[in-house]
Amino acid sequence: MSQHVYDRVKANPKFAELVQKRSRFAWQLSIVMLVVYYAFILVIAFSPATFAQKIGEGVTTVGIPVGLAVIVIAFVLTGIYTQRANGEFDDMTHQIKEEVRSVE
Amino acid sequence: MKWGLLLLSLSSFVFAADAQFSGKRDINVSAIVMFLIFVLATLGITYWAAKRTKTAKDFYTAGGGITGFQNGLAIAGDYMSAASFLGISGLVYLKGFDGLIYSIGFLVGWPIILFLVAEQLRNLGKYTFSDVASYRLRQTPIRTLAALGSLATVALYLIAQMVGAGQLIQILFGLDYEYAVVMVGILMILYVTFGGMLATTWVQIIKAVLLLSGASFMAIMIMYQVGFSFETLFSQAVAAKKSAAIMAPGGLVSDPISAISLGMALMFGTAGLPHILMRFFTVSDAKEARKSVFFATGFIGYFYILTFIIGFGAIVLLTNNPDYLDPIKGGIIGGGNMSAIHTAHAIGGNLFLGFISAVAFATILAVVSGLTLAGASAVSHDLYANVFARGRVDEMMEMKVSKYSTIALGIVAIFLGIAFEKQNIAFMVGLAFAIAASANFPILFLSMFWKKLTTKGAVWGGSLGLLTAVVLVVLSKAVWVDVLGNKTAIYAYGNPAIFSMAVAFIGIWLFSLMDQSEDAKKEIEAYEHQFIRSQTGIGAEGASAH
Repeated sequence: MSQHVYDRVKANPKFAELVQKRSRFAWQLSIVMLVVYYAFILVIAFSPATFAQKIGEGVTTVGIPVGLAVIVIAFVLTGIYTQRANGEFDDMTHQIKEEVRSVE
Repeated sequence: MKWGLLLLSLSSFVFAADAQFSGKRDINVSAIVMFLIFVLATLGITYWAAKRTKTAKDFYTAGGGITGFQNGLAIAGDYMSAASFLGISGLVYLKGFDGLIYSIGFLVGWPIILFLVAEQLRNLGKYTFSDVASYRLRQTPIRTLAALGSLATVALYLIAQMVGAGQLIQILFGLDYEYAVVMVGILMILYVTFGGMLATTWVQIIKAVLLLSGASFMAIMIMYQVGFSFETLFSQAVAAKKSAAIMAPGGLVSDPISAISLGMALMFGTAGLPHILMRFFTVSDAKEARKSVFFATGFIGYFYILTFIIGFGAIVLLTNNPDYLDPIKGGIIGGGNMSAIHTAHAIGGNLFLGFISAVAFATILAVVSGLTLAGASAVSHDLYANVFARGRVDEMMEMKVSKYSTIALGIVAIFLGIAFEKQNIAFMVGLAFAIAASANFPILFLSMFWKKLTTKGAVWGGSLGLLTAVVLVVLSKAVWVDVLGNKTAIYAYGNPAIFSMAVAFIGIWLFSLMDQSEDAKKEIEAYEHQFIRSQTGIGAEGASAH
């Protein structure tokens, strides 16, 4: 790909917008995942009794639904990102490419 | 045992030569039949794939024409090794809740890979993750280091898989350890050499479907027996164990440093495993790369929930059932890792036991094939084509080298598998993750996100990270005490990642900033070009039409 194309992409204000929107979104979701996971791990390390508490009358403890929730959250987050990136972000990318090409 | 007796002994299910189990010796016929069907089917696929594998691109990336859904299944297949199926359900069987902690650690790296690595990787790379790391840096040093990081990770993983394969097949099929290892080695060489990535991917997909179906059936049958109530499952498990300790965090994750360090190794190590990263080049574009991770995370998460149910089901079904207990050693026959296998028998009798045994074997075959292909690519694409021949090599020659590398790696894997039979290899997968997190991941990550990264920084920081990871693992309990026989460990924590990753990142940062050379300036200037391509995919390798 020629240098011209890259220069035009760089000059396109949509490119800056795309990069800014996408990286903010990606980092936000990463931080959510990191906070959820390390909160889980740190409770286990510092306060295992929290997860050992029983829910209601039976033997099921708080830790079980919390652990399963971490798995579900991980999956849901990938869904949220894929949904927006494959829609909005890819559309923006496509527009940028079209505009760059139409100048030629 | 002679080859002539092979079939005879295959048909006798000698469970660690245990008298308790000898009454069930006929069952293995079904395991063998199903396993043979799998081998024939996968060899058929290899034959089909071989006809379609003509170029280097076909060989390394299946022509880039795998869909996101297929790749998601294949990634899940790469990740759901026999070790994680048998190991995690075994851990749940022994420790209950603690098993869940491990599976969660293995899963949470995936969203991070999606958010920060997957699409950039797809947009910048061609065949291996070294393509991305060396995009704007000097080829020779970066590729050499990245290839060494890849080969170290692959070798450790391979040894662990081979030894696991040998032991498992020995128990399941009554086949000698050496024969089992040789058989796995030969089949994997056939798949990879002739069928390349296309065959490897489809073997992986088939196995993933079989494993997910088998595990689903087990989990559903277990839940059926307890009326689809988790509370009933848990209370029966507590009653069987006569202790509620399985419902709470135990001693598996003790001190905070070890806990965080393990979390870092699992999370970022996943993003540095060469056989996983390579899978992102098999899809056509960033869109499909994202879908791959979405599906993979779903399948892997679902699989871990299944292993959790299976582990608790095993507690209920096996703990007090004399059929599965070892009267001499105590505990269940063959140890905790066999709990899923015994549970399969308790649920579905001999036929289903045969099915799960065949699936476990298929799983090993698929995982070692993916590993070998990644290792062979590091040799042929990075070391041979780009370092040794400096990029001036024709495709046919490069493919030839990768095929020879596959054969060589397969033979090395067979010998290492036999050499490590009686060794304690528990540390190996941990070390593989630590190296991936401390050498491969920092270089890859910073090459994509940090403009000021230079060759010198990447080489020094990456090497220091690699070295720190290896030294700390050697000084930790897993090697220093358990393998070398010393009294106490010098490195007190379970995992090196928290320190070795810090060393790598600080090292890369420091040496990059200190680098004032002309080359460094050019490398920093080239970032912009790389960044535009990584963000938009302009100029990226597309899929080839078949």
